[in-house]
Amino acid sequence: MATKTAYYLPHKASHPIFGSIGLFTLLAGFSNYLNGSPAGATMMWVGAAILIYMLFGWFGTVIRESVAGEYNDQVDASFRMGMIWFIASEVFFFAAFFGALHYARMYSVPWLGGEGSALGVETHQYLWNTFESVWPTNGPAHIGGKEGGHFEAMSAWGIPAINTLILLSSGGTVTWAHWGLLAGNRGQLIKGLIVTVALGLLFVALQAFEYHEAYTEMGLTLGTGIYGSTFFMLTGFHGLHVTIGAIILAVVLLRSLKGHFSPEHHFAFEAAAWYWHFVDVVWLGLFIFVYWL
Amino acid sequence: MSAAAATHDEHHDHGPARGLMRWVFTTNHKDIGTLYLITALIMFMVGGAMALVIRAELFQPGLQLVDPMFFNSMATLHALIMIFGGVMPAFTGLANWMIPIMIGAPDMALPRLNNWSFWLLPFGFVLLASTLFMEGGGPAAGWTMYPPLVLQTGAALPFTIFSIHILGISSILASINIIVTVFNMRAPGMSLMKLPLFVWTWIITAFLMIAIMPVLAGTVTMLLTDKFFGTSFFNAAGGGDPVLYQHLFWFFGHPEVYVLILPSFGVISQVIPTFARKPLFGYSSMVYATASIGFLSFIVWAHHQYTVGMPIEGELFFTYATMLIAVPTGVKVFNWVSTMWKGAMTFETPMLFAIAFVVLFTMGGFTGLMMSISPADLQYHDTYFIVAHFHYVLVPGAVFALFAATYYWLPKWTGRMYDERLGQLHFWLTAISVNVTFFPQHFLGLAGMPRRIADYAVQFAEFNAWSTVGAFVFGFAQLIFVYVIIKAIRGEGEKANDEVWEGAREHGLEWTLPSPPPYHTWETAPEIH
Repeated sequence: MATKTAYYLPHKASHPIFGSIGLFTLLAGFSNYLNGSPAGATMMWVGAAILIYMLFGWFGTVIRESVAGEYNDQVDASFRMGMIWFIASEVFFFAAFFGALHYARMYSVPWLGGEGSALGVETHQYLWNTFESVWPTNGPAHIGGKEGGHFEAMSAWGIPAINTLILLSSGGTVTWAHWGLLAGNRGQLIKGLIVTVALGLLFVALQAFEYHEAYTEMGLTLGTGIYGSTFFMLTGFHGLHVTIGAIILAVVLLRSLKGHFSPEHHFAFEAAAWYWHFVDVVWLGLFIFVYWL
Repeated sequence: MSAAAATHDEHHDHGPARGLMRWVFTTNHKDIGTLYLITALIMFMVGGAMALVIRAELFQPGLQLVDPMFFNSMATLHALIMIFGGVMPAFTGLANWMIPIMIGAPDMALPRLNNWSFWLLPFGFVLLASTLFMEGGGPAAGWTMYPPLVLQTGAALPFTIFSIHILGISSILASINIIVTVFNMRAPGMSLMKLPLFVWTWIITAFLMIAIMPVLAGTVTMLLTDKFFGTSFFNAAGGGDPVLYQHLFWFFGHPEVYVLILPSFGVISQVIPTFARKPLFGYSSMVYATASIGFLSFIVWAHHQYTVGMPIEGELFFTYATMLIAVPTGVKVFNWVSTMWKGAMTFETPMLFAIAFVVLFTMGGFTGLMMSISPADLQYHDTYFIVAHFHYVLVPGAVFALFAATYYWLPKWTGRMYDERLGQLHFWLTAISVNVTFFPQHFLGLAGMPRRIADYAVQFAEFNAWSTVGAFVFGFAQLIFVYVIIKAIRGEGEKANDEVWEGAREHGLEWTLPSPPPYHTWETAPEIH
């Protein structure tokens, strides 16, 4: 499809400004909501609607240009590099939360329990001298949890293990779909994508079920000390990314049904697959460090 | 060669769109570069005005002009605006203008994204500035926003946090664009080791930003959830730790200071060879030194936290790692000096600012080295010594590099020579007043004056008065700079030729283009020798 020799340069971009207005409205609305202003929630929805409108418009334009053959191989390479570095930035976003988990488990909780050098001993002695360093914990003041601050930790070998299998399989099915695309086998491409999206949705559903259990049965909430904080922020942001990834894959599925991709030219598919693998790898980190160890 | 030959298509004209909407919808790297630069200039004025409020209050001991809460807001917003609104957008503007021209590319690789990364900025700043009019005032816990203090912020807290998110997204998108442009859009024959040093320093900077901006976003998100959603990240009672915030923040914050200074190194490495009429001394060592500084910036963060109670192993590691940075930085300083050695030098305004940069930035570097030693830092910590240190690396450092860059490239951008007499006047007023402002702060710090407090003991009065006088001269001297720029934009002054500076053709592709360059450049890739 690479018909043009010159690098494609768009000459007018009307979507970005809507993106800015949308994001601004969304976040100003959220701030007002958090400050208890009644207009906040409405503002948020308006902002979100503008943002969604912008995304449809922007991606729609790019898809139309791609189908029209405006993008040569060099443009394709720009998109690829752009996506790779975008994913790299996402990795660092998760790194902040993994870093917090690591710090809590290796430093702050042991120090509160009196371990380590003079630092830990004194912290323990003067702050909470009855606190024992254990993991999981909701801290010396037993913040959150059920009566008396008790809560149950999430075991790795129930739903999380099943979810690991689901997500790893979905990584396999998306690769299988890619093989179909490369071989010009559209049936395999579409089947592979349908199964991948379905597995993604199943993952999210099971995760929602797990959250429900945590909140209603286990006394485990976002407010359950440092364990609840790290647990829900890590798995929550991951779940959000799985949801986004599934939406991207669903769009790619629709485009596959329309025959947008050829064995040579299918950046959108690969970008979606890379994103999906990234989400997969983050989950492995979560499974090991949040659920298992 | 000329791979992308002029088979150019018919569907676009070659000039800018008409009317004001041109600037809203533009995808042209020069337009976007201009938008960034003008925004940065406005932000410098706003942030500078806040600095003058601070200095006016500190002119004498006692409280005279503003209440301490507002003083703290000014200190906080001055820093946030100068960093995120002044220096970073200014360098991104230079990158937008110059990188495609320097590497022989027709534009930035992702022009629509480029538009968005700029147009996020004004919205981020509106969100931030609006906090000044809210219940409880603007954020006042310092730009580092340490909990638990920052959690006492009033209605401003979520607005401040979300403005940081927006500015962070903008920086990440700009960095992605710069990396992709350099790696995918170079003219044939423009190998990596032929890139102008400004481009090299920007690549490293962009990598740093991709790594640190998301960490800052995550960290301030934790502040938000600690305040509004009951998490315990920074609450020891729940098993967290306020010090965790400091580690996360400075994992961002230390590379961030290199984000501010590496492109300055790049500018200085462009300016000095031009006016010394020699190629840059030790080009490849400059590239490796930049990369080393980039790497080291990730393993020194806790030198900002020596007094917070770290295990002794940590204090030692961060002391030694920090001192290591002096090595690649020294390589750079020696290379700049060697470039000037036996050069046929002339001293136009850009060169004056570049030389002042080398001298004064090095002084800022030395005070940094003093504070890298953790036992010594116990004395300097949170005093005016650190204020003097980072203003020496940021004002006669980063800001002087921006002045040098502006005078150096302004004739290329506008096609008009700036007024050299006014440039020299601006330089001397600025260079003298910056020292009057910040040099006495070293003494204040060593004598024990704490930072971020609106009042002080009487024995500090004299140096503070000097510092305030210097600050006001510095502030008003910048009006000359603004006037010089406005004159050039209005097309007043002598016409500049293509080369602008004698022999500059040897120093970069930008000097082979007309002044000002046409709206689209390098639609056909240039030949690289």
